[in-house]
Amino acid sequence: MSTDAVDNSKRRMLVAATSVIGAVGAGFVAVPFVKSWNPSARALAAGAPVLADISKLEEGQMITVEWRGKPVYILKRTDDNLKVLNSEVDMLADVNSDMSKQPEYCKNPARAYEEYTKISVMEGVCTHLGCAPKYVPDLNNPFAGSLGSDWKGGFFCPCHGSVYDLSGRVYKSMPAPTNLPIPPHVFKSDTVILIGQDGSNA
Amino acid sequence: MEQKTNGFMGWIDARFPATETWEKHLAKYYTPKNFNFWYFFGSLAFMVLVIQILSGVFLTMFYKPDTALAFQSVEMGIMRDVEWGWLIRYFHSTGASAFFIVIYLHMFRALLYGSYKKPRELIWIFGMLIFLALMAEGFMGYLLPWGQMSFWGAQVIINLVSAIPFVGEDLGIWVRGDFVIGDATLNRFFSLHVAAIPLILVALIFVHIVALHAVGSNNPDGVEIKKNKDENGVPKDGIPFHPYYSVKDIVGVIVFLIFFSIVVFFMPEMFGYFIEHANFEPANPLKTPEHIAPVWYFTPYYSVLRAVPSIAGSAFPGVIAMGASIVVLFFLPWLDRNPVKSIRYRAGWYKILLALFVVAFVILGILGTLSPTDGRTLLAQICTVYYFAFFLLMPIYTKFEKNKPVPERVTMK
Repeated sequence: MSTDAVDNSKRRMLVAATSVIGAVGAGFVAVPFVKSWNPSARALAAGAPVLADISKLEEGQMITVEWRGKPVYILKRTDDNLKVLNSEVDMLADVNSDMSKQPEYCKNPARAYEEYTKISVMEGVCTHLGCAPKYVPDLNNPFAGSLGSDWKGGFFCPCHGSVYDLSGRVYKSMPAPTNLPIPPHVFKSDTVILIGQDGSNA
Repeated sequence: MEQKTNGFMGWIDARFPATETWEKHLAKYYTPKNFNFWYFFGSLAFMVLVIQILSGVFLTMFYKPDTALAFQSVEMGIMRDVEWGWLIRYFHSTGASAFFIVIYLHMFRALLYGSYKKPRELIWIFGMLIFLALMAEGFMGYLLPWGQMSFWGAQVIINLVSAIPFVGEDLGIWVRGDFVIGDATLNRFFSLHVAAIPLILVALIFVHIVALHAVGSNNPDGVEIKKNKDENGVPKDGIPFHPYYSVKDIVGVIVFLIFFSIVVFFMPEMFGYFIEHANFEPANPLKTPEHIAPVWYFTPYYSVLRAVPSIAGSAFPGVIAMGASIVVLFFLPWLDRNPVKSIRYRAGWYKILLALFVVAFVILGILGTLSPTDGRTLLAQICTVYYFAFFLLMPIYTKFEKNKPVPERVTMK
């Protein structure tokens, strides 16, 4: 082997090859660290569907159940409410919920099953930055102050002032871009809802 | 190697560059003799770092990173049961806000005297990285007491990630380690807050100072003192950092500690700005506080976020604007085309522009603590436009500046 001349191009090739292999190795080693941040098996199990009993829910009342740590609102609307949902739509930003998240079977003005139009199931998570909007059924409510005297009921987000109607449809020019998301859910019976399970094949 | 020292130090110096380092960075580090009070904030920032590390190490001994125990371990354990625990916690919570006050003033000093300009661009960039690391540190630390504002503040910020199109939803779940902010999130934030980010911070501060000591400190006149050296190679306008500034900085430290102690002992919550009132209630994922505002040091950027309306059903533009409001600062050394460093010798109207920038920044900060109304949103939008215009139009307007003559040597005004 020659001792005097250094073959620079060979040296560069070896340095490059070693660096590339090293970088690939580092990339592989990064995988377990990155993946460790995914939800653990336990967290995944806790994200399973939950049952909600609505046998005691009266018209105009709302209950909140927890699913995947998010508040899920179950609201039983009155006949008057349902009329408003079809008539007063000029102020809504996404009337037909085209840009919003909901199962296909809830893409209608009531954003509910045809058989159970009165029952609205929606995630109480403002689409702006994730606060929980308050249910403001009428003007007899501490949050109704800024909503005007012709308020027909809906939701008001105390964080940045987004306003939604009783189907969780957002008003125009609000910080929130889209309607409240509707989680997948299915009616097990007239009074029991399974939240988190898709109802399209049920 | 030439032996300059004898005896014990000689023995050390033959094995470790103790004397050399001491001289290079302190006893023979020549600093401009015309520093004013703005130059206290670098050393003050370092002292606050020491306060935070010391108090943080002790808080870690009593804190439990578990959603079931965290709030109790802070409000019952540290605040009531642990001897002097309340004081250590208030050192830490006040220190967090003090860190940002000091850093903001330190950054403003750089704006005043052009300390980001050639040859100090890297010092500025390292400083900006320190600022970013500090914001991450502050954000993650704020989740740990697991109060209402800890939870909901983190909720708002992590949802910014979820606003990123296509990957946002999954990215948000990855950051939280769950479908919601929970135990997994608290534990990883704890780890990052007490181990990873402090290490990064210390490393960044190290390179910040190495770069500073390589090119030398700027000064209120923006004159390079290294251009005028005496026969020994010592800058004529320079004095050794130690003992001159090490002693002078003690004055700054004492004044700072007076204010720091007043806050720690008499107003540790600072009327809800340093520790927000809602944080005295344990986190409740099903109940949003009436009003969510981040801690004061994030509010200017939060205002920028809110000022941008959502476009095509996505809150993403606001997130971009907020990120850009910080990223733009990294480019400051190249946006400012005026070769004159110090504001003392720049055009009068530039002083007005800079003053208006400070006003806009403060207004954004105040608006970020308040709930939005139409008028406030408009004001935030005006200030946001000015914030970006100040930086992005810099390459144009700094070319038209009529500077005053810059002196050859530093002045002692």
